[in-house]
Amino acid sequence: MEANKYISQYCVIENNSVAINGEPQFALENGSFSEFAKAAYKHFGIDYPKFFKMDNLSKLAFLTSEIILKEVVNPAEENDIALVFANQSSSLDTDAKYQSSIADETAYFPSPSVFVYTLPNICIGEICIKHKLQSENAFFVFGEFNAAFMSNYANLLLETNKAEKVLCGWVEYYNEKFKAVVYLVEKQGKLEHNEQTVNTLYTK
Amino acid sequence: MEALKQELKSKIIEVLNLEDIAVEDINDNDALFGDGLGLDSIDALELIVLLDKDYGIKLTDPKEGKSIFVSIETMANYIAANRTK
Amino acid sequence: MKKNVYITDTNCVTPLGFDVTSNWEALLKGQSGIGLHDKLGMLESFYASVIDSEQLNTAFAGISGESHFTKLEKMLILALAPIISQHKITNRTAFVFSTTKGNISLLENENCEIEAAHLSALAKKISTFFGFTTEPIVVSNACVSGILAIAVAKRMLQSGVYDNAFVVAGDEVSEFVLSGFNSFQAMSQAPCKPYDKDRNGVTLGEAAAAVYMTSHSDEVQNGDMKILGDGAINDANHISGPSRTGEGLFRSIESAFKESGLEPEKLSYISAHGTATLYNDEMEAVAFNRLGLQKVPVNSLKGFYGHTLGASGLLETVIAIESARKNQLIGSKGFSEMGVTQSIEVIKEHTENEINYFLKTASGFGGCNTAVLFEKVR
Repeated sequence: MEANKYISQYCVIENNSVAINGEPQFALENGSFSEFAKAAYKHFGIDYPKFFKMDNLSKLAFLTSEIILKEVVNPAEENDIALVFANQSSSLDTDAKYQSSIADETAYFPSPSVFVYTLPNICIGEICIKHKLQSENAFFVFGEFNAAFMSNYANLLLETNKAEKVLCGWVEYYNEKFKAVVYLVEKQGKLEHNEQTVNTLYTK
Repeated sequence: MEALKQELKSKIIEVLNLEDIAVEDINDNDALFGDGLGLDSIDALELIVLLDKDYGIKLTDPKEGKSIFVSIETMANYIAANRTK
Repeated sequence: MKKNVYITDTNCVTPLGFDVTSNWEALLKGQSGIGLHDKLGMLESFYASVIDSEQLNTAFAGISGESHFTKLEKMLILALAPIISQHKITNRTAFVFSTTKGNISLLENENCEIEAAHLSALAKKISTFFGFTTEPIVVSNACVSGILAIAVAKRMLQSGVYDNAFVVAGDEVSEFVLSGFNSFQAMSQAPCKPYDKDRNGVTLGEAAAAVYMTSHSDEVQNGDMKILGDGAINDANHISGPSRTGEGLFRSIESAFKESGLEPEKLSYISAHGTATLYNDEMEAVAFNRLGLQKVPVNSLKGFYGHTLGASGLLETVIAIESARKNQLIGSKGFSEMGVTQSIEVIKEHTENEINYFLKTASGFGGCNTAVLFEKVR
């Protein structure tokens, strides 16, 4: 039997609000996702102009992760934190936006800065760049939140010494509908890391 | 020419999503890449699209961009000399 | 004690043939799937490696009379069918599917329901066709997806969550992807020339590939592949350009070697990514040199198949496995003169050579990299 693993921190973003470790921390009553994202960015004191170049999926994944990582990452040393992310809609929100830029023959201007975000794992790249995380990473797509897979994969990375900690995330964004649940799995913490607790983070 | 420079500045801010940068913050001779506005390779590609879309200039070789996208000044000069719309 | 994991069966569907044997024969003859194609949407003529739809439909009719499948779905089913017929699917069988864009061309129809373009919907369709009972695992990690899918399946089998796995990968050439690479000024004006001094970009391609993986050693025969180690590490450098020092690739390979315990001198072959962009090929050469692997024979199969995106890592592994089984290195098509600054041993012509251990690598947008080490079972 392998040593126990724990969820040391978690952050949930949905319905224009942010909760950290179960505690509501910020909300914006009305507004589009991009208004909400900008307000949350300011509220949490993030200073990273590249944020505004990201597509919505990357903004969502970045924000939810940044709230955890800014407390955890020590920029003075190497941080072996793997990233394992998943969602349902892949990058389809940006895919549809890109498709509309090539749909009209009279206004055919494919945009490289939109095209680059038509891959779901770009959001992982954005997070890695911010914190110089040269570590294991993978992006998966499932019909629905898959706590069993996420917990198995994170455990395996830890047990085979592929990573010291694993930042797991469900980051779903399509057409203004969004939900992100990001949590850090490591050897210490209060919440035991298993399929059941991971499911609780998502559903509660 | 002055109007074109102003127009370029506001277009660049909008197209490249430069947050918290205003038209007044960009000087005509500021470097766009590197230390100046800090644009990167994707921004350079996006500027090539901007030349095509708004001024009808098609760059066939992306390397040409290097000398054109030095500053607002060089961009405006190039556009004024080559625009087709 | 972690379990050993093996690849025993392989298949692929490409413009060069719809099974491994026909692909292998075409490669030996030096044939390429890349050809000049006419206008697609707003794109003028372009080079790409495209599967002939009529031939595909004819082959597909031999498997199923149903007609509601997209081209990509037919490719995936054709790739999987002969492998699945050799094995039993149980409730401990994983289904791992690798793709970058799936059925993205459905978006061309404005009335398309977005759900139809979901990668999970595509996975479910294939899964239902064959009667898998476990939830499909879709890997969508840019251009490393195909080889990462092997690492993912291996890790899940290793941990004992599943007994065996079918891994399938596929992507098609679409206006979406062609126009995007074009906007990146990354498309080659001629068939791509990996590692060559005249290389000037990517040629896109389409393909599907499939493998069967098992943790049961009694299913394994001589000539099958044991997976010794893997790594999938990010550059953390730039979302669209590789690290100049090849850091992520370097660390991915290092991680695979560390897990395997294999001495690097034993490596007989590297099946590299070699997209023929200036930066990718240079970066790979830097990484291989940093690891002391510059004398190991290396090739890119992109000159035969183009860049098949989410399929490439798995397709190129299937061909590398065939190389190992036949002890034959395939010449890196499109290469004639060294075009990277750090010297590497690019295979110029087909060469007989004993291959007992090989490495497969890939790198992609988002700064991702993957390396997997294989050992031939003897």
